Amino acid sequence: MQSLSALLSAGTRRQGCRPWPRAILEAGDWSALAAHLAQGRFTLVSLWGDADAVHMALLDEATGEAGIATCLCPDRRFPSVGRIHPPAQRLERAVQDLYGLTPDHASDPRPWLDHGRWGITAPLGRAAPAAPAAPYAFLAAEGAALHQIPVGPVHAGIIEPGHFRFTCHGETVVRLEERLGYVHRGIEGLMGGASIEEAARLAGRISGDSAVAFALAFARAVEAARGIAAPARAIWLRALAAELERLANHFGDVGAICNDAAFALMLAHCGVLRERCLRACDIAFGHRLMMDVAIPGGVAMDLGPEGVSALRALVTTARAAFPELVRLYDETTSIQDRTVGTGIVKEALVRRFGAGGFVGRASGRAFDARRVQPYPPYNQMPFSIPVRTDGDVNARIWIRILEIEESLSLVTRLLDTLPAGPIQVPMEAGPGEGVALVEGFRGDVFAYVRLDGEGRVARAHLRDPSWFQWPLLEAAIEGNIVADFPLCNKSFNCSYAGHDL
Amino acid sequence: MIGDLLIQGGQMLVVLALAPLVTGVVRKLKARLYRKRGASVIQPYRDLARLFRKEAVVAEGASWLFRAAPYLIFAMTWVAAALVPTFASGLLFSWSADLIAITALLGSARFFLALAGMDVGTPFGGLGSSREMMISSLAEPAMIMLVFCLALVAGSTQLSTVAEVMLSGVGLRVSLALALIGLMIVAVAENARIPVDNPSTHLELTMVHEAMVLEYSGRHLALIELSAQLKLLLYISLIACVFAPWGIAPVGAGLAHMPLGIAAYLGKLAIGAVLLAVFEASLAKMRVFRVPDFLGAALMLGLLGTLLLFVSRGL
Repeated sequence: MQSLSALLSAGTRRQGCRPWPRAILEAGDWSALAAHLAQGRFTLVSLWGDADAVHMALLDEATGEAGIATCLCPDRRFPSVGRIHPPAQRLERAVQDLYGLTPDHASDPRPWLDHGRWGITAPLGRAAPAAPAAPYAFLAAEGAALHQIPVGPVHAGIIEPGHFRFTCHGETVVRLEERLGYVHRGIEGLMGGASIEEAARLAGRISGDSAVAFALAFARAVEAARGIAAPARAIWLRALAAELERLANHFGDVGAICNDAAFALMLAHCGVLRERCLRACDIAFGHRLMMDVAIPGGVAMDLGPEGVSALRALVTTARAAFPELVRLYDETTSIQDRTVGTGIVKEALVRRFGAGGFVGRASGRAFDARRVQPYPPYNQMPFSIPVRTDGDVNARIWIRILEIEESLSLVTRLLDTLPAGPIQVPMEAGPGEGVALVEGFRGDVFAYVRLDGEGRVARAHLRDPSWFQWPLLEAAIEGNIVADFPLCNKSFNCSYAGHDL
Repeated sequence: MIGDLLIQGGQMLVVLALAPLVTGVVRKLKARLYRKRGASVIQPYRDLARLFRKEAVVAEGASWLFRAAPYLIFAMTWVAAALVPTFASGLLFSWSADLIAITALLGSARFFLALAGMDVGTPFGGLGSSREMMISSLAEPAMIMLVFCLALVAGSTQLSTVAEVMLSGVGLRVSLALALIGLMIVAVAENARIPVDNPSTHLELTMVHEAMVLEYSGRHLALIELSAQLKLLLYISLIACVFAPWGIAPVGAGLAHMPLGIAAYLGKLAIGAVLLAVFEASLAKMRVFRVPDFLGAALMLGLLGTLLLFVSRGL
């Protein structure tokens, strides 16, 4: 068996990409890598376009080895990976929409992000005026007793836009097809050519609930590109912000999932905890969602004694209140009846798609970027990663509950061991390429940044964990009833904004 | 005669005036149970006033049925609510105040609502109508069975008579206890409350009642909302009238009895609202296909109650 680095060494190694190596491969070697992906030897981390090339990041979960393969596309075509490895399909469709690079023999040639409303095609590649878009063809499901239910993109509640096309047999879902891209804001296009500060601000605004995770991934990628390390105090403060973000979102999710089964009592109580968490973040970091806290080179602001005491008070409150809520959830039969056994995702599927976060960990994939690609301070701090194998809504709730407990203890330990010292190092302009993999509340956020020599971003790509979770939602609901979809959907809580970029 | 007419007229106005308040109180109580402040109890009145002022937007392709349904539904529900003795049992329509007539009126109202849900042809309307019909096909037999059980005890299906018999003392009976539980289950299902339906959901895919009325707006929506509020009041009044008839002014009672009757009625409504709010707050909604089990229990309770009565009296 060849290792990932051996496979990459078949191509031309590009100097200056840190910490993962990047190599330019011939089409044949690229396809060979795709075959390895399809066999499950490696995990696809991301696939993204560039002016005249496509890149693919891979990870060997067994050894922790990672690398990036690049395929040059002089004729604006590249061998399709999605053809044999379905997790790459939507990424390839996005590359085609944004850069006009066509995957050869792709099994799904339909557009993904481009809904025909931009007026041009391939806005980041060789932009050309667009012809009127053909109607989107949804996948067929045939049968006399089947009917379709189109839902969204505008919903009755105040949630993000996405279209769901259900094909049902009575109440049972035969097929669900998602259509996303309604919140595409062209963030990767805005980042290209932006200064590092501007790009960092953009990164923190990709998905509001993951402001810290995205900003941290971007900052770490830029630091890797420039070969600098943030000071210890900054690293601790970033981790603190990341854990607080995880806490706030998990509190909100546990309540919101129960609310979708009309058990509003949990939402009310969890909502209080989430609000307390956000207010503590506001006191500690000056912003409820902690936007622009993590910046390339360190953190933007220091944590004062007032912030420390607010965070300690938060941990005390949450530790006192949360176990009772867990008991309420666990001992109310009517809610257990809804969550147990609903929306099961199989372990094989989770592994194939490399789905991270609670979706992966609830189905037996013990993947956590903090452990697989350890970054400070987590490499110096023991913590446990909860894993379950039942893969249903209940398991996804329990992963969150256990992670809340873990994050509460991490917050305490981070505060206890908070080192003194500077919180920033200056960023000097210079070329470089860097990648980072960071564990957000939803899963692993991947960032790739290429800097030109003048302090500007040449290309930045940020991959939300939802890219590999959305397709699993389609699988999870199959065979369940339509009325259980909101419950399944909320237990996944995939990002629309982070996915559509 | 004039007295009866006054009582009947007063009753019709009272139920209409109180129905939004009961819904408002239930919402307020639920909000307090969730540790929220909640909207004012008179918010449903404001909502109705707002909806009546607004223009009614009707979907393209909607037939006359879609326009007529809200009026039909409202009329039937209002008449049904007017037949249940609330504060006085000497109603002018007493001869027709029959439990079976009430069930039939509500059934017809639901029939038109389900038709209207499917009329526009949106997927949610059809989804809601099919679920509503599944629920009602189980709730109506249960209701009829419970009516028989009560009729056997009281010797009549007329509510005024039932109330008087109950008031004169029939003793504690197992059958009546079974009927009470059964009737409460039916009331929860018929009024689209948790755990059968969630009146405050925004999730289109889980809706039953709300899905059918998604296309309605303006005065049409106001009438449908008011009908739903009347129906809730009706069921609370029905349970109160049959199982707690204390305070209801008897037939031929003078106006002097009325204040007591009204006070007792308000008290009963308040208790009903509290019980409903606590019940709803402590439960999650059940899976759609669990509803038959839930309503099946009501049917079995009705059947058991009836059988026990036969057994205890002998054929």
